[in-house]
Amino acid sequence: MADTKLVGQNYVTPDLLAKVTGRAKYAEDFRAEGMLFAKLLLSPIPHGRVRSVDTSAAEAMPGVRAILRASELPAPADTVTDLGETIRANPKAERALTDEPVYAGEAILAVAAVDEETAAAAIEAIRVDFEPLPFVVDPLTALRPDGPNPRAEGNVWGRPAAAPGTPPGPLEIQELKWSDADFAESEQGKLPMGKPQVEWSYGDLDAGFRNAALVLDETFYVSNNQHHVLEPRSALAYWQNGKLYMHSGTQSAVQTVASIARWLRLDQKDVVLITEYTGGGFGSRATGSVQCMIPALLSKKANAPVLMRITREEENYIGGIRPAVHGRVKAGFAKDGRLLALDLYTIGENSAYEAQGDAASGGRFVSLLYQPEAMRSRAITVLTNTPPRRAQSQPGGLQAIMIVEPVIAKAARQLGIDQVEMRRINAPVGKAKLGPANAQGQRGYATSAFVREALDRGKEIFGWDARKARSGQRVGSKVRGVGVAVSTFVAGSTGFDGLLVIKPDGKLYVQSGVGNLGTESVFDVHRVAAEMIGVPWEKVAIAWGDTSQHLPWTCVSGGSQTTHAMTRAAHAAASDAIAKAKEIAARALGGGPEAYRVAGERVSGPGGSLTLAQVAERAIQMGGKYDGHELPEDINKFTATSAQALAGQGLMGVARDTYPRDGTSFSFVAGFAEVEVDVETGQYHLVDYTAVGDSGTIVHPRAYGGQVLGRSILGMSHTLALKTVYDQHYGLSLTQRMYQSRPPTILDVPRNMKWDAVNIPDPETPVGARGIGEPPVAAGACAILNALSDALGDDIYRRAPVTLDSILMALEHGRPMQDPLTAHI
Amino acid sequence: MAIVHDVIPPFQLFQPASVDEALDLLDARGQEAWVLAGGMDSFDWLKDRTKRTSVVVELGQVAELQGIRENAGGLEIGAMTTLTDVAEHAGIRERFSLLAEAAGLVASPQIRNQGTLGGNVSQDARCWYYRRGWHCYRAGGNICYADTPTAVNREHAILGADRCVAVNPSDTAPALIALDAQMVIRRKGAERVVQATDYFRGPDIDITRMTVLEPGELLTAIRIPATWAGARFYFEKVRDRQVWDFPLVNVASALKADGGRIADARIAVGAVAARPLRLQAVERAIAGRPMNDETAAMAGEMAIQGAVPLRHNAYKVPLLRNLVRRAVRGGPPGATT
Repeated sequence: MADTKLVGQNYVTPDLLAKVTGRAKYAEDFRAEGMLFAKLLLSPIPHGRVRSVDTSAAEAMPGVRAILRASELPAPADTVTDLGETIRANPKAERALTDEPVYAGEAILAVAAVDEETAAAAIEAIRVDFEPLPFVVDPLTALRPDGPNPRAEGNVWGRPAAAPGTPPGPLEIQELKWSDADFAESEQGKLPMGKPQVEWSYGDLDAGFRNAALVLDETFYVSNNQHHVLEPRSALAYWQNGKLYMHSGTQSAVQTVASIARWLRLDQKDVVLITEYTGGGFGSRATGSVQCMIPALLSKKANAPVLMRITREEENYIGGIRPAVHGRVKAGFAKDGRLLALDLYTIGENSAYEAQGDAASGGRFVSLLYQPEAMRSRAITVLTNTPPRRAQSQPGGLQAIMIVEPVIAKAARQLGIDQVEMRRINAPVGKAKLGPANAQGQRGYATSAFVREALDRGKEIFGWDARKARSGQRVGSKVRGVGVAVSTFVAGSTGFDGLLVIKPDGKLYVQSGVGNLGTESVFDVHRVAAEMIGVPWEKVAIAWGDTSQHLPWTCVSGGSQTTHAMTRAAHAAASDAIAKAKEIAARALGGGPEAYRVAGERVSGPGGSLTLAQVAERAIQMGGKYDGHELPEDINKFTATSAQALAGQGLMGVARDTYPRDGTSFSFVAGFAEVEVDVETGQYHLVDYTAVGDSGTIVHPRAYGGQVLGRSILGMSHTLALKTVYDQHYGLSLTQRMYQSRPPTILDVPRNMKWDAVNIPDPETPVGARGIGEPPVAAGACAILNALSDALGDDIYRRAPVTLDSILMALEHGRPMQDPLTAHI
Repeated sequence: MAIVHDVIPPFQLFQPASVDEALDLLDARGQEAWVLAGGMDSFDWLKDRTKRTSVVVELGQVAELQGIRENAGGLEIGAMTTLTDVAEHAGIRERFSLLAEAAGLVASPQIRNQGTLGGNVSQDARCWYYRRGWHCYRAGGNICYADTPTAVNREHAILGADRCVAVNPSDTAPALIALDAQMVIRRKGAERVVQATDYFRGPDIDITRMTVLEPGELLTAIRIPATWAGARFYFEKVRDRQVWDFPLVNVASALKADGGRIADARIAVGAVAARPLRLQAVERAIAGRPMNDETAAMAGEMAIQGAVPLRHNAYKVPLLRNLVRRAVRGGPPGATT
């Protein structure tokens, strides 16, 4: 889009004032008449079975209104896809309550009472008799020949062997153990590599290593971490006229309705979700949280609205965790720095519930990012008795890039190649390929990649050469180092719907089904429609955050897909409205529709012009497709229902995104960091940071910069201090408070961090824009890792976070002193 | 009984308007009374329902417990004075900058606005097993969960452990010890004054308490004598984050020089033992020696004598050594937040 007035410009989003003044209402800010409060009883042990529960004392307490047990939950429902395909419910999946807890902190039952004090006292009055069962919290322990299993059936997800020609059976839990021989290398701190679950490769790996001038073999552990969303998973539920009204945060206003309906076995039309504001998601609440059914069921039982406020401790459990990944890399480099061969092995930890695919998916991103000439990726995901694993910004990509980036940096140092140049040499360009070949022998590829441009821009802004010149110099006890890192992640989906109405008041009414989790894409994407139709932003009204407001089928705001997917949908809906407006004008004023143009709130052509308001009036008079009484056949039924409700109010633009796309959309970030380390204490701080994105056209610069730097900080946290800690003997978490798990504060990062973007449109999408939420994460994490090794040398760390104790001990002993294999320390 | 956290159980709240009223209440309610200053430690316990009380005596209304006054050439700081006020007080910054610096490095700006000096020196241990409500020695049980083969004890003690390996997490305590501060303790009808270094208790004396305060007693003020005014001070706190973190190790020193030699010294360290430690042997050894790198190195080596690291905290040994070395050698001031 050229010569834009809205796209690419900053503006004040409709929710901003409410957010900064505290007027914005999140789920737990609502109150309903006669409302009760719910509290949860959590499992004190990591694995067990409830033998008996005595609730008599609690039930006798004044003010206690209802107690909900796991046995009262509806059985998990199957999922029916848009294509009519039925996906059978996994009987071993996470549920809202359980009588067989598989992690300490899992909810066993819930109490609704007149206030939280009463509910808490009631919980304390309940006696639960648990039968303790074997447990394990470390994935490597679970893989040992004699290691305990996290569930009776085993320690991994798998499918039963199927006869040739028959489809594989449903997922089940199986036992997979490695041999003592597999673990032999672990004594030397090298990751054992037994039988994997997933393996793919391309190219001639052996030849790559044979021809390499340098071969490195490195083990590295990326710690897990909680999402630490500001707004915990609180939910308020009540029933009116047979409909469930649910107030809850989510990453998708529209797609969460289906989740809630499935969990509670309701018809989707009987669910109204109010979710104007969501205090952070980061992938952990893509379509809501299964625990929101607890207040819904308690509300039914007690015949009163029920608010379940989730505490920080509970959030640490049900909010889920980004999986830690153990990694081992063998990499072969040519003398000129080209990556010839890459052999990646990753072990992903998981809860005892649904598998999070981080370990298995990481290899694809690495193959795109460094374009190794030959590559093999092997991975296994192991179940443990720890809280649910959920997607967290750049899932899989972050861990794999953190495992590989330090190896790239080490190779550059050993080969005497500048770190920026090293990444330029191996950078993806244009429709760069990734991953293994498909059944037809074809490898997938990106829609576009301008990583070299991002590196060049960042190098200049950051002042790489000048900073590099002073790195490694010691002043007193302080030494500085600089690091650069590249990163990538998927950045766009297709096929969603746009829905808007131009009404006789001349205003543009846009329906936004995007979740409002802080990225502003809930509004940003609709700037495209306003731009195309030529309506000033002041005359655009956006409905969002309430599914009774007739919203269109919309992507989940996960995987950085929204900006790409929903600018396309907005483009499609605006194009539909423009075409209809031209037809209306041509019919009214004479001539062919193609002779008319839409601009300046008018539709003008050879026969004169009409205002948009007049066009809207005529659309209502004409009916049919013009005012939404006839709808396109390819739109989602969710959109169709909403469009039917809005029909007859003006000129309707409604369409599905059917634009072609050649390739898969990925975005890229280059990050640059300078650190200063005190070698007498190991303490270090980030002196400066710059990140440059390659994600196509920028729709909203201020929001974009917020994403680039905000998500970089999330990445930095992985290197600086953030982690979870478990006592493996008891299987219990020790990092339940933020001062213990240590997310970074704003004072941990430089005040003047800079961001920029190459801002080159993606050729495979009409607006040119892709998402940016995720690739900054690994850039932030790895730029610091690499800056540390630049300052101190290669033999400092073997796991992240790299806290001062590991630096000080490595400097004292002249070799890395970290244990790279033990989880949760 | 099932465990539930994050809901403060009901209690009777008293908000006395004077120290005498407060002491009357503590006298009448004795063991059951919980003294609440800024709440930064108390609310954690009460919210988690791990420690309970039926009576809370909240001191926020007692004007005489607040403020900083001249006292016999030194200063007297009311126990309820906020850490922010201590850090920003002109007289403290001018004469006892050691304390201002230590107070300014506690936790975060928000916590310093709420937390008090009296609370900071009287706070409980932050061992994450103990804080989670595990029934350990310090909680009256018969095991230390932080000192087992699988325990994660990166933040625990390397010195003076006796069954319990928790550390005292106060930042101001080492500074007060280095300044020869005195703690004014009152109970109904009586007052006693103890040296700061004697205010803190190790597990060998009392494994369930961090200080000498007895039920019925109240820390009302902290006196800083003129002794060390304007001396050469050094304070450093090492922590994982730039803000909102307890010390992994901290050090405070006050040195008086006499023509290039150390005339007299105070050195105290925190977060290495269950109480802040005054390093008297080091002080004696460096007295009279030249103020140079050699003396500093000797002080560092002496400081770690007898250190016994646990599985995950061996780094505290070189860290303590290097910090004490710096405290003697002097150096650029640490960052503040």
